[in-house]
Amino acid sequence: MFLINCPFCGERDQSEFSSGGEAHIVRPKQPTELSDDEWAEYLFMRKNIKGIQFERWNHVHGCRKWFNVVRDTSNDKILSVYKMGEKPPVNYK
Amino acid sequence: MPNYRIHKTEYIDETKRVSFKYDGKTYFGYEGDTLASALLANGIHLVGRSFKYHRPRGIVSCGAEEPNAICQIGSKKSLTEPNVRATELELYEGLEASSQNCWPNVKFDIGGINNFISPLIPAGFYYKTFMWPKSFWKKVYEPLIRLSAGLGKSPTEPDPDIYDHKYVHYDVLVIGGGVSGIIAAKMAAKNNLKTLLVDDKKILGGSTIYQNNESIKIDDKLSSEWLKNEIQEIKKLSNLTIKTRTSIAAYHGYNFLLAKENLTDHLPEEKKKNKIRQRLWKIRAKKVVIATGSIERPLVFNNNDRPGILLSNSINKYLDYYGVTCGENIILFTNNDSTYETSISLHKKGIKNIIVDLRKSASSELIKQAESLGIKIYFNHVVTNTFGYRKINSLEIMKLSEDGNTTVGNKIRLSCDCLGMSGGWTPMVHMHTQSGGKLDFRDEDQVFLPKENSEDQISVGSCNGDFDLENIIDKTVNKINKFLDIDNQDYQDTNIICSKENDKRNIWLLPNKIPLGKTKCFIDFQNDSTAKDIKLALKEGFRSIEHVKRYTTTGMATDQGKLSNMHALGIIADTAGVKMGTLGTTTFRPPFTPLTFGTLVGRNVGKFFEVVRKTSMHEWHVENNAEFENVGQWKRPWYYAKKGENMHDAVQRESKAARDSAGILDASTLGKIDIQGTDASEFLNRVYTNAWSKLAIGKCRYGLMLNEDGMVYDDGVTTRISENHYLMTTTTGGAANVLSKLEDYLQTEWPELDVYLTSVTDHYSTASICGPNSKKILNKIFPNLDLSDENFPHMSFKEDKLENINCRIMRISFTGELSYEINIESKYGHSLWKMCIEAGKEFNLTPYGTETMHLLRAEKGFIIVGQDTDGTMTPSDLQMDWIVSKKKYDFIGKRSLYRSDTIREDRKQLVGLLTDDPKEILEEGAQIVSDVKSKPIDMLGHVTSSYFSPNLNKSIALAVVRSGKTMKGQKLIIPMENKNINVTVSDTIFLDKENKRLNA
Repeated sequence: MFLINCPFCGERDQSEFSSGGEAHIVRPKQPTELSDDEWAEYLFMRKNIKGIQFERWNHVHGCRKWFNVVRDTSNDKILSVYKMGEKPPVNYK
Repeated sequence: MPNYRIHKTEYIDETKRVSFKYDGKTYFGYEGDTLASALLANGIHLVGRSFKYHRPRGIVSCGAEEPNAICQIGSKKSLTEPNVRATELELYEGLEASSQNCWPNVKFDIGGINNFISPLIPAGFYYKTFMWPKSFWKKVYEPLIRLSAGLGKSPTEPDPDIYDHKYVHYDVLVIGGGVSGIIAAKMAAKNNLKTLLVDDKKILGGSTIYQNNESIKIDDKLSSEWLKNEIQEIKKLSNLTIKTRTSIAAYHGYNFLLAKENLTDHLPEEKKKNKIRQRLWKIRAKKVVIATGSIERPLVFNNNDRPGILLSNSINKYLDYYGVTCGENIILFTNNDSTYETSISLHKKGIKNIIVDLRKSASSELIKQAESLGIKIYFNHVVTNTFGYRKINSLEIMKLSEDGNTTVGNKIRLSCDCLGMSGGWTPMVHMHTQSGGKLDFRDEDQVFLPKENSEDQISVGSCNGDFDLENIIDKTVNKINKFLDIDNQDYQDTNIICSKENDKRNIWLLPNKIPLGKTKCFIDFQNDSTAKDIKLALKEGFRSIEHVKRYTTTGMATDQGKLSNMHALGIIADTAGVKMGTLGTTTFRPPFTPLTFGTLVGRNVGKFFEVVRKTSMHEWHVENNAEFENVGQWKRPWYYAKKGENMHDAVQRESKAARDSAGILDASTLGKIDIQGTDASEFLNRVYTNAWSKLAIGKCRYGLMLNEDGMVYDDGVTTRISENHYLMTTTTGGAANVLSKLEDYLQTEWPELDVYLTSVTDHYSTASICGPNSKKILNKIFPNLDLSDENFPHMSFKEDKLENINCRIMRISFTGELSYEINIESKYGHSLWKMCIEAGKEFNLTPYGTETMHLLRAEKGFIIVGQDTDGTMTPSDLQMDWIVSKKKYDFIGKRSLYRSDTIREDRKQLVGLLTDDPKEILEEGAQIVSDVKSKPIDMLGHVTSSYFSPNLNKSIALAVVRSGKTMKGQKLIIPMENKNINVTVSDTIFLDKENKRLNA
């Protein structure tokens, strides 16, 4: 079970959080202009990386805030945590 | 009765005699015994029958790795426990145990016939044999297999014992209290680190604690004496917690470990009472030291499974720790030095023994010691067969060829009553691999070792492949200093003398003149898989170790292959001609030893199983004979049965009353979200399919919420309380998810919106009054409120006071009747409810539950999200196109509504169904077809809601049917087990299509 460092509350047990999948998938501003394929790309396609992945987490049983996490899915190590709207750390590309 | 207890030890209290029952017969042991040691002291080796061939089996080991001595404990229906390892079970007064997997008894077992037909039941026997005829599977094969399958019996009644959970945090956790674990714990604790030391045994000290060979010494003391001194010292350390009888079950990521502590399993019945039986420790440790030691390997030769054949070191432990000899005429069969300790110890206690050693020669001090004592050693010899049915009585040995691949010369027959075997030692790398660590293979002694330790876990001692005492202590000290970044000098000058050497001659499958097909060389004792089975699997094309394991079931028994996995791997590698290290290993999965369900569940049983949410009216419902339905965590009244009524009667009465006069429903459980902020209207526009900007203050509107994929997610009525203030209601079950989803969009997609969401579900209680007389009842409760249709029309909201308490009243309807919902602060909910009941008396105001609510809304064709929808229904599928705004540029899920898949005409769509026989009520979930003769039958859809409507006096149903929108009036068939029911597709609204009743 992970220990996650909520950027608002500090380090907490994973059981207080829920995962929201891949991060930095921006909802298209003008969905109506998109083709079916383009919309499907946004809606369904996820990278599901083995290695360093950017993902969203919600401190659902805490401050209820969403934030971003950089996690290595091959060993579950959390490398970085940052708030929504902040730029992802560049050293993990 | 024979007595094999031949000398006193400090671990057995001979002043405290303990009586116990085994297979119905009473025996005696002493405090300090395990069930296994007490049985051996009574001369009992035979403790069970093997799983497949029902061969007699005896105690093999003295610990968690035991494959054979598993027994059924207790005879009570609620307290009996199967598959308990006799080698770990501490003896207590009144213990009742019995052998498993045998009938009628362990000495004469009918299933033993399987042993004689064993050539007919090879690996994969079940897969190969029970394939045909196909029709036999269900009626003949499966029941027969089930009858003979399984180990032991489960309890049939709830577990009355108490279990507990505990969360703890430590700087350092040390797993294993042997010599290296004790050193590690002492070093950590003395350097101001909060340390926890756990060990699964009753006392600390591992296998060193009973070591008494003069040639193995630390600081001029016997190693056991030295260690006892260390244990005394660590017990004084204030920041060290020591937990014995505690075993680590699982090592999860982030150094989160689960441990099981046995608190009362060793106590007699009367002392167990009202005490916690087992405790699950949930441990977070900054650093973990793994010092789990190693287990001895058996050797694989013909008939290596007879009772009386044990691991050599276990014979030593039974002797030096429990004072019990496993035989009087013992042969020890080995490929390494460690067995010589056993031999010398036996010899010194007057037990005759000889050694058969696979090695051509060996010359360590220990071996010289044995030779000088006159112990007969057969070097370069191998055991080729054993004899004796219920217990070994003799064996045959032969000389090994130069390369060790065959036997040469003549058979020598030796008599014995016990055989000790040792194939060297396997480091217990379970914890290391569970934590995500990888393994390396060391060729010289054929062991897997922990590789590349992460920064927060380390293996020390023999689980790290360090087998001699000198290495163990020196390396442990160095590694711990580095790992914990400390500079402890306690062991700087420790002087260690160890006369053992590490060389061994490893042969996975020992050679034999008899062809393999005619031998029984067991690898996995509990699951009865042999070397022949492994080879057969390879011959049949299996290559991956994971496949061979599953095909032969090697390592899949309750011991999880602690003794067998290495040999299986070794034989695969030899046969396939590949290097052992390249094969990898099977996965080591938690738990390390089986856990009880009780331990996992802890206190969360019975009424503590889950949180129960009750409305403030709950007591009234109980007093008025409500049956409750669980909706999420909520208890909602299902129906209120009057005397002599069943559920159907009650629902029919309630439904009729609600439409004829008045009904009242506790609607407090509906999710309520308070929405405030200058962008609240814009926010609602984006999350609901319909338009919200023009909703006037004081008005209510029904909304449908979609997922981004266009499927209906939730629905409910939202009220505009003031310019920037809305109250949203959600389905009872969806409340938490809706809030989460809305927060998600607000925080991540639209952070620019000024909107604040607060869950107020528990803050308000809601009484919903409906029916033609509801206005009159409201008028009695709120005499000053103008209830006229002009002032207070359908879908609007008013505030009023009840004795100075604010109430929010919405005129909204889920039944199709004129209907009001009164919201009041929760603490007044009960009073409000009673007030409504009182006011409604003269109008036969009838309380109704969720079942009537469902029926009434179905009459009106209102959907229930989650009952009539299942995450694949669009608004159009529900024939609710009217609620989807064409004008709005965007809302959640809009773009998906015209994806090629969502605009298909042949999607499943919501329709009404009327049965040809109006009395026939359909089953919810029943399949719908148009033709029962075609094969395969084309499934068109299924029934989602079905009721008998007392107001229409006929059966009605909602269903989803492929292309249903175009099928109105069409005949369809519901095929049931005994009959076909004919139905006609109808409109979804069965009652009052014109909405006259809403304004009645």
